[in-house]
Amino acid sequence: MLHAQEIIRSIEAEQMKSDLPIIYVGDTVKVGVIIQEGGKERTQPYEGVVIAKRGSGINQNLTVRKVFQGIGVERVFPIHSPQIENIKVLRRGKARRAKLYYLRDRIGKATRLKQRFDRAL
Amino acid sequence: MSVGILGTKLGMTQVFDETGKAIPVTVIQAGPCIVTQVKTIQTDGYSAVQVAYGEVKQKALNKPELGHLAKSNCAPMRHLHEYRLENPSEFQLGQQIKVDAFSTGQTIDVIGTSIGRGFAGYQKRHNFKRGPMSHGSKNHRAPGSTGAGTTPGRVYPGKRMAGRLGGSQVTIRKLTVIRVDSERNLILIKGAIPGKPGALVNVVPATIVGHK
Repeated sequence: MLHAQEIIRSIEAEQMKSDLPIIYVGDTVKVGVIIQEGGKERTQPYEGVVIAKRGSGINQNLTVRKVFQGIGVERVFPIHSPQIENIKVLRRGKARRAKLYYLRDRIGKATRLKQRFDRAL
Repeated sequence: MSVGILGTKLGMTQVFDETGKAIPVTVIQAGPCIVTQVKTIQTDGYSAVQVAYGEVKQKALNKPELGHLAKSNCAPMRHLHEYRLENPSEFQLGQQIKVDAFSTGQTIDVIGTSIGRGFAGYQKRHNFKRGPMSHGSKNHRAPGSTGAGTTPGRVYPGKRMAGRLGGSQVTIRKLTVIRVDSERNLILIKGAIPGKPGALVNVVPATIVGHK
């Protein structure tokens, strides 16, 4: 009677997206976020570097960092949320660790990551 | 007073609602429960229905238990539970109680057994403050004073001390039903409930002060 994990996974599967690209830490991505504006819906793009991946299953999150007007901005996206319309990988970056929190302490040119070409976009 | 349902906690996950908000939910596999006895004031001195839940092998029960269940043509079940009712005549022996008795958005209470934590100290059991960990202090997790001296010359009853924590009945009130899956006998409830996955839980409609 108890196949608890199977049942929970099947509940999660109903809302999980299957068309997501493979995303690695260090990639530059463009996330389309649906926002409500005066009763109307529109998609707002958010572009930045993936500095962390967290969670699994339906609870998988991406932390995307960008520098906007000289100020570092980080947003956490639950990638299976219906508020996320699409995620597009723009550039594959070379990272030697799973969490790129060291980028927070860097400014300007030092925040660049080397591009890698062995992973398809 | 109304009839609830017995179930098994399966675990937690999250679902997204229409606005895209992630809601933490606990998944419960509940029922079907079978009415095994209808108690009335004339026969028992009080009115209630008794339900059975949790199918087991026949050899797990003894003859008196099996005989009691046979009266309602019920398969061998592990758990029996009574719900006090004003009017138990609506129920017949052998009637099934399923998750359809609950609906999305309904407020419910969940009764279960909390996770046992064994013999726990003051900080964990009663949220006492601890002493300094350094600067020569040797008073780390000690309780401090337990009362005055010669007068009264004893520790008052009810003084909070170390001891067994958890493993007791806990009611979580006013939880919301997020989804009911009658095909697989599942209820999704917003928030956490007592116990570990596999624990027996009792889901009843919320008792609200001032309502009947």
